[in-house]
This record gives sequence, structure tokens and C-alpha cells, in this order.
Amino acid sequence: MAIRTEPFILNMGPQHPSTHGVFRMRVTLDGEVVVDLEPVIGYLHRGIEKLGETRTYTQIIPLTDRLDYVASMTNNFAYVLAVEKLAGIEIPERAEYLRIIMAETMRISSHLMAVGFFLNDLGAMMTPVLYMWREREKLLDLYEMVCGQRLTYNYMRIGGVSQDVPEEFMPAMKKWVAEMPRFIDEYDQLLAQNEILLARTKGVCILPRDTAINIAASGPVLRASGVKWDLRKADPYSIYARFDFEVPVGTVGDNYDRYWVRMQEARQSIRILEQAIAQLPEGEVCAKVPHLLRPPVGEVYGHIEAPKGELGFYLVSDNSIAPYRFHIRPPTLINLTALKDMVIGWKVADLIITFGSIDVCLGEIDR
Amino acid sequence: MTVALKCEQVAKKIVKASPGAVIAADSTAIVVKSESLYQVAEFLKNTPALGFDYLANLTAVDYLDYFEVVYNLVSLQHNHSLVLKTRCRDRDKPAVPSVVSLWRSADFQEREIYDLMGIVFDGHPNLKRLLLWEGFVGHPLRRDYL
Amino acid sequence: MEIEKYSMTPLNEIDAAEGLRISSLMAASQHPIPDPDSWLDEEISRNVLVTTVDYVLDWARSRSIFPLMFGLACCAFEMIGTAASRFDISRFGMDIFRWSPRQADLMIVAGTLTWKMAPAVKLVYEQMPEPKWVIAMGQCSISGGPFKESYSVVPGINRIIPVDVYVPGCPPRPESLLYGITKIHQKIVKESIKRA
Repeated sequence: MAIRTEPFILNMGPQHPSTHGVFRMRVTLDGEVVVDLEPVIGYLHRGIEKLGETRTYTQIIPLTDRLDYVASMTNNFAYVLAVEKLAGIEIPERAEYLRIIMAETMRISSHLMAVGFFLNDLGAMMTPVLYMWREREKLLDLYEMVCGQRLTYNYMRIGGVSQDVPEEFMPAMKKWVAEMPRFIDEYDQLLAQNEILLARTKGVCILPRDTAINIAASGPVLRASGVKWDLRKADPYSIYARFDFEVPVGTVGDNYDRYWVRMQEARQSIRILEQAIAQLPEGEVCAKVPHLLRPPVGEVYGHIEAPKGELGFYLVSDNSIAPYRFHIRPPTLINLTALKDMVIGWKVADLIITFGSIDVCLGEIDR
Repeated sequence: MTVALKCEQVAKKIVKASPGAVIAADSTAIVVKSESLYQVAEFLKNTPALGFDYLANLTAVDYLDYFEVVYNLVSLQHNHSLVLKTRCRDRDKPAVPSVVSLWRSADFQEREIYDLMGIVFDGHPNLKRLLLWEGFVGHPLRRDYL
Repeated sequence: MEIEKYSMTPLNEIDAAEGLRISSLMAASQHPIPDPDSWLDEEISRNVLVTTVDYVLDWARSRSIFPLMFGLACCAFEMIGTAASRFDISRFGMDIFRWSPRQADLMIVAGTLTWKMAPAVKLVYEQMPEPKWVIAMGQCSISGGPFKESYSVVPGINRIIPVDVYVPGCPPRPESLLYGITKIHQKIVKESIKRA
């Protein structure tokens, strides 16, 4: 007597332990194997693009903090670069170096969080997260020294940064940078040769190279699939052209490659930090920009290499104090297009960790 | 450095391939007619010298007389970029051809523009609201939404 | 879409039903629910006697609350920071963050609530067994925060569920959240006196 089975739809709802925020998926399962997938988003849609049309250019900076809340200063950085490109503002050298220092430390912190929660999904409960949180807490102390906030910084301004760093900052930062390679080696030693990690992530949920380019993936997801495209090298913004660093590229595009690319990028960020701290000049930290900035009529698309991918801002100005159109290009929404392709044919447990390896942040997807 | 291509030269190549498509080509972007958008996009993607295989950004702007849909295209092999635009003058039922079959990154971005601006993309396989819920009245990002 | 043929109800009907739930909740929540703050009344504690057993039970209940992990947005990261090793929340007995509402008694709503998410929050609140308490953490859940004028943000979670303690900040520091939790402890102990 044959057994008849039929597929059924499972709703992994907005409140779920491993969905990294309020994300919902309708998954069609045949037993444990995934047959189809539909992501449903919008549970954190706050209307930031519409709110941006009624705020001045400087008042939008705190709104951009709340997009990718794990690495807030990179959102500020991308927006401020776009406005400066539109209005043609030059910023002082010291401000450039301070911005790079902040951006690279945020990159390390964001990648450590991504790897920590990825391992949480794999089943290692909270241990890797708490290990990596230890370094993040030291970094948050440094940020508190500079701008007084732990999570949503609002540190960058159009024309530079809002205030100079205090005297205690540089020695503390040098100490943190000197200790970090040892900690990253410690995590690598615990994780990279771990049998369970290798068995569950090697060769699982591969994203082929052509698909990655067609869906316009960016960041570690694109580089893990073998495409050497990093905006810091391909289209250098700010003063990245002065630093010497490498871009790690994966081979296959499976979950292990996405994890490996992030750990290597954290190491390269430390290289950039050492060079930036050594070359930091004296000087002012903000150019003279009018309070109510009125850029000339025009439009601009400014993009940077945020830790999660290519974060872009499209601004249209009509010479008034608020932008006419304010659009955010979210890296993780576009990377998410690949989720369905990657997991069909694999099991539910693989779906969870693949979703963790894309490293989404719902604030950015839903805006 | 990613080089932004000179729009007049690219416009000449487009006109050779599909005459009558280009409305304007200034220093920032090329504007094409919405009926010939798909052919122009296919030409830009498949010509080896241009090779635009990466659609970085797709967005729409509401100038009160017309809607403008903006495509930021990048070529990864040649490291150059281009901005393509199309316009739609109909306010009640704006419609533009979809480019999902060429670049799949347009999937979620076109759904979001339909949700927030109300522009319908012909040929999209699954055009429904993305960020707001079914039954929401209106399209919030339009300039005349209160 | 292939997913359609395996569903008992067609997908667009599921979406339309969800949309109706959201619109009806939006229409029904025009005024905020009054806060259950009668425990702040100082008169009560002086005029009422309470048995020792009741007092000990409520003291024990307050020192071993099981919180529900309900982080929606940025404040969730400060909540995780409070639970991490530096601002240890387990010294207050709240080590295990429960994922299922059936096993939790404190709901910490951290982050912006949108109308699309509101029916889910109300459902989770109703699934929690009595006695239960709610902390509104962060400006967005107190009043809508920086996004108050937006078309899709609920101006404060007290429109749909009653709130016991409000912790202001954007995001509040872990020390603020811990102070809010000590207020909840005081409330739980005083409520027994009020009931007796």
C-alpha cells in the first residue's frame, strides 16, 4: 500500500526566534524539503522616505541612523557623501580620516554580529554571540567617548563630523586595534575547523555567479560567489584610494564562503585602521556649511560599501531646504531576492542558516 | 574608478539600434520613450561593448506633470555606469514595461514602486503590494497624498 | 506562482483577510487604553493587612520573571545588550528569554510598532497567561518616536495593549531598562497588597 503525501504551507511568522527581526516567510514544504518560498515584508515599514521630504537635509541624518541599526554610522556616511556630492562641498582631511576610522570599526562590529547570529542559528545558542559582544562592548565605550551614544550615533554632518575626538580616544583606539587580531584568531580557531560547522555549511545552498550578478547582489554575498566587486576598490569614495588592503573573494558561494569572506574582511579592516590611525592629521573637523543647506537643482546617486552591501541614496533637489525625493537603495532587500533560488531542494534547517548567512537587517529592508 | 559614460555617445548607439526611442540625452541621463524601454534595455545589456549586466538601483520620482522611472545601470566587466530614465504622463493608470526578465533585481524594487507610487509594470509576474497591507487605500509616496 | 496550488485558501484571500484585520484594528484603536496605575496610590499600603504567604509568593514571583523576546527594531539590540554579560540581566532572575508567549509573563516591546504588525502583537499579548505585565521600551513604543507623523506607525503601543512601565530613550541605555525592571518588581509586590 503506497503512502500518499502532499505538500503544505508553513507560515514562519513575524514573531519567530530566528528571523532576525519582524520577517515573515510562507514556505511550501514536502516533508522537510523546501519546495517554494515567498517572503512577506513590511512589518517595520515606517515611511522614512516620505518623512524625508518634510525634513531639512541635516534633520534627515538621525533618520538614516535607524536604517541598519547594527552599523549606524555607515548609513550616516553614505547619506552625507551623497549630499556633499550634490552640493559640491569639500571636507577637511581630519574629518575624512575620522570617518574612515568610524566606518571600518563599524564594519568589524557588524561582521562579528553577523557571524555570531549565524552561529546562533546553527545551534550554538548564545555562546558565540556573547564572545563577540565582548569586543563590541569595548567598541561601544569608544563611541560613547566620541559622541555620547551607544547605538544610534548621529555623528556625521554635512561637511565633516559633528565634534572632534577627546584626548583619551586615540590611545584607547590604538589599544583596541592592537588586541583585535588576537581575538579574531581566537574565534577562527574555535570555529573554522569545527566539524559541525563544516558539515552543515560546506556545499549547502549555493548561489551561482551569474545569478548573483543578475539579481544585483552586493557585499559579502556577491564576493562569496566569486565576483571581485568591492566599491572601495572599484569606485573609491572618500580617501580609500590611499590605503593598502585586499578584497577577499570566495570560490563556490555556499554558506561557508559567506562566513569566511566576513571573517577575512574583518582582518582587512584592521589593516586599514592601523594605516588610518598612523596617518591621522591635525586640523578642523567640519567645513563651513550653512545651517539650512540649499543644494543646486539636480540629482545624485551616492553609494558606499556598507558592511551588508551597496548602500545607495538617490536624492533629487529643487533648491529648497528639504529634498524633493529621498530614496534609499537597501542592500539586503536586493540580496533577499536570491533566497528562493538558494534554498529550494534543501531542508528547513538549511533555510534558517542560509537566511542568517545573508545577514539581513529589517530596518533597512522595510525602511 | 567607475566611469560615467557620456550620454550623447550612448544615445547615438541606441538610436542606430532602435530609432525614435530617445527623447533626450543630457549630461546626467538618457530619457527614452516608455514603449521602447524594453528594447533599449535589452540592447544595453546584450551589446558586448556596453555590457550592462548589473541594475544597481530602480526608483521613481513624482514630478506633478509626469512620473519618472530611473534606472542606474553598471557594467562589472568594463567598470562604467549609466543612468536611464523613462517618463509616464498618465496620472490615473500609469504603466511602464517591466525589465524583470532582463535583470531579476527589479523584482522587489518594481513591486515597491507599485506599492508606494502606483505605477503598474506590465509583464511583472507577481505585482502586488510589498510594504503596505492589502486594502490600504492610496499610494503614499505621491506628492498629492496628504 | 507555484505556491498557490498547495494552499487550501488562495494566497490573495489570505492577504486580503490580513488587510481587513489590520484596517479594523486601526479603526478600533483611535484612543489610548488607560494605564493600570492604581498601584501608585500611596494610601493603600497603609490601610490594608496582607497575609505573609501572599507577600512571599508575590516577592518570589517578581524575582523570577520570564520575559518574552519581542524586539522589533533598534531597541532590540539594547535589550540584547542588557541580557549580555556586561549588564547582566540574570542577576535579576530574568535569564531565560522565552520565545513562546504561553511561557512568559513580561512582554518587553522594544522598537517601532506599525499597523501591519499590530494584530500580531495583540494576538501574542492575548496568548500570554495571567498575571502578565508589559514594558514599553524606547520612544517608538511610547509615542511613535521620530516616526510619529508617518502613515503606517502606531502612535504608542498603549493604543492596543495596556502598558505598565514606560522606559524612555532612543534607545534607552541598559541601565534605564534595568531601572524599569525594578519598577515592575515594586509593582508586582504592591499589587498583592492592593488585591488583599
